[in-house]
Amino acid sequence: MKIRATAAIMECLLEQEVDTVFGYPGGTILNLYDELYNYKDKIQHILTSHEQGASHAADGYARSTGKVGVCFATSGPGATNLVTGIATAYMDSSPIVFITCNVTEQTLGKDAFQEVDITGIAMPITKATYLVRDAQTIPDVMRQAFAVAATGRPGPVVIDFLKNVTFPNVEIDYEFVPWTENRKCGSLQSLAGSHDLKAPEPNIEDIDTLVGMIAQSERPLLICGGGVVRGRADAEFRTFAEKLDAPVAITVMGGGGFPGGHPLTTGMIGMHGSQASNVACNECDLLIAVGCRFSDRVALKPDSFASQARIVHIDIDRSEIDKNVLTDHHIIGSARRVLESLNERLPQYSHPDWKEKILPLREPSVPRQSEQLTPKQVLETIRKLAPQDTIVATDVGQHQMWSIQHFHFDYPGQLLTSGGFGTMGFGLGAAIGAKVGNPDKLVLHTTGDGCFRMNCHELATVEHYRLPIITVVFNNGTLGMVRQWQHLIYHERYSETTLDRGPDFVKLAEAYGLKGFRVTTMAEMENAFQAALKAGRGCVIDCVLDMDEMVRPMVAGGAHITDFLLK
Amino acid sequence: MKREFDTQKKEYTLSILVQDIPGVLSQVARLFSRKGYNIESIVSGETDKPNVTRITIVLLADELMIDQIAAQCRKLIPVLAVKILDEGTSIQREFSLIKVCAADRNARDEVIQMANIFRAKIIDVSRETLTVAIFGDKEKTAALTGMLADFGILEIAKTGTIAIERGRSTIYDDNKLKEEYNYGKNVL
Repeated sequence: MKIRATAAIMECLLEQEVDTVFGYPGGTILNLYDELYNYKDKIQHILTSHEQGASHAADGYARSTGKVGVCFATSGPGATNLVTGIATAYMDSSPIVFITCNVTEQTLGKDAFQEVDITGIAMPITKATYLVRDAQTIPDVMRQAFAVAATGRPGPVVIDFLKNVTFPNVEIDYEFVPWTENRKCGSLQSLAGSHDLKAPEPNIEDIDTLVGMIAQSERPLLICGGGVVRGRADAEFRTFAEKLDAPVAITVMGGGGFPGGHPLTTGMIGMHGSQASNVACNECDLLIAVGCRFSDRVALKPDSFASQARIVHIDIDRSEIDKNVLTDHHIIGSARRVLESLNERLPQYSHPDWKEKILPLREPSVPRQSEQLTPKQVLETIRKLAPQDTIVATDVGQHQMWSIQHFHFDYPGQLLTSGGFGTMGFGLGAAIGAKVGNPDKLVLHTTGDGCFRMNCHELATVEHYRLPIITVVFNNGTLGMVRQWQHLIYHERYSETTLDRGPDFVKLAEAYGLKGFRVTTMAEMENAFQAALKAGRGCVIDCVLDMDEMVRPMVAGGAHITDFLLK
Repeated sequence: MKREFDTQKKEYTLSILVQDIPGVLSQVARLFSRKGYNIESIVSGETDKPNVTRITIVLLADELMIDQIAAQCRKLIPVLAVKILDEGTSIQREFSLIKVCAADRNARDEVIQMANIFRAKIIDVSRETLTVAIFGDKEKTAALTGMLADFGILEIAKTGTIAIERGRSTIYDDNKLKEEYNYGKNVL
């Protein structure tokens, strides 16, 4: 059947069951948006204030729903505005298909208006990029892009269509093929050729080796990484941990992979990890890390990391093995399949002495006394009033660490945070994407005054689409995390971190047509949050905090994991 | 047991089989610049299989470095196979064209003799120059280049090293490592 090339692009989105895209139009992508007009009953488009916001929204949508996010942008600055969002998604393995349009074939490479080589720019921060010069290849490229984004270790891809490919008079041959059948046609067929069209299975000998290692271990420790979340392997991981009766440390990206309130959890591990996690890591004799890449924020000092332990790495991506930390054994596979096979083979273990040693160390750090409202009070108020299944999107810095330490995340996709790339300004976009994808859940956005200013213009999107997102600003008038480093390591030389300037976030919220609150005490916080819950629309709560609050505990970068700078 | 890596820097040859799609060479080469590694030579050429290209890269590295680079290469979607080759298990050759000054008969005779000793060929002659083509391993080329330097070398064009494994084994052979990488990029 012959159809318009742009219609084929839309049909390919429908093949993948895409019903929501985020984006921003412009000159070269006009034809695509013109076609979108025909499809507006089937595909909802969320128009953000800035392409970066759209990229984070597609990311938040993907992380919270487990589906592939889709984001549109035009050529040139539209495309480069996506770059931070693409890198954020790449570092945290979030599946997103970015669709941009470029100038025409005749002007390509001639520095035409709004021309940029986005497939070249995005190459190091994507799983794959596609430059589409021939309209006939559209279905094949679209199907391959979605498959690549979603399977194996997920991640972002970029498809760049030349404008002439999208001209309204271009027609191509197209047949609708549901996504489950995609692998039987075109380039996917040849890519899948070596696998006899069935998903590979983890190696049984490797599984048995680990079963043997577990039997010999007296002090096992598990690390729940982002792979458990991306692979939606939380149930299997929980069974595994309970069978092993081993403490579980959770990385930033692993939040939601294992219940935060579970009796076996020791909390976060690494730079701001709990005493329990970090000491357990130092003293365990077997460390089993699932879907974690031992980043420099977890394995602060790779040489001395878990030095008494045999280290076992379970991951879907073979290139992560022996990358940051040398391991004794590894199993390659999806977290879910590997853990299922392990669970079938494991007896019930019991490690009462080891648990007795580690778990009491979980007691939270004692915050410093303060007359002012404290971050802990803010978070405890929220935890008391918000439903337990609230989705939390954070920005980056102190409030991010506080949020992750204080809230208990119970399911994958409940915590949305830029753990790998550390993108300030990620949170509001991500919250928008999460709310669009999960209309029945409360979505909370925690941010700092520095981060919020980076992308607060997305409040216009919150207002326009009537998204009742609650933004809580941890306003300490400083770039708190950087200040904390300056305080501890740079001899209190507070170079360019004091944010003694506007805007007034309450007025800002009101200017966008939202409700704003300023709170300075716990009672005010409680009232404001209750009002926000009832408001039924977007709210901003500006919490005035002391600028010398610090995230505790803390281990300096590159230091041994139990050498706490702050307890 | 944790793997132990040889920390001695030496020349490694990476043989990489890729799908012949636009941008694949820059995708592979980018991995080296990202880690700040300098490529000694890089050769790309077609194979007997349609749309499959073989890229051969030589670089100075230690074992951990080469392992990481190979790992990053293997995870690229268009990369079909990667093999780390060393001198013991592979045959390595390069091809060079050397343009030498030879303005008089004596010089011409001597250059031709020299070429014969090295089993090189004269492929172009002019009143003032001879161009010598030599095929062999790095050492042989270097030796001839050294001898011809006495006459005055005007320019050299080299292919860079290509390599193939000795004996029956090939880059196409399946092994557990290949399977493990396919898991990460499987498209099912």
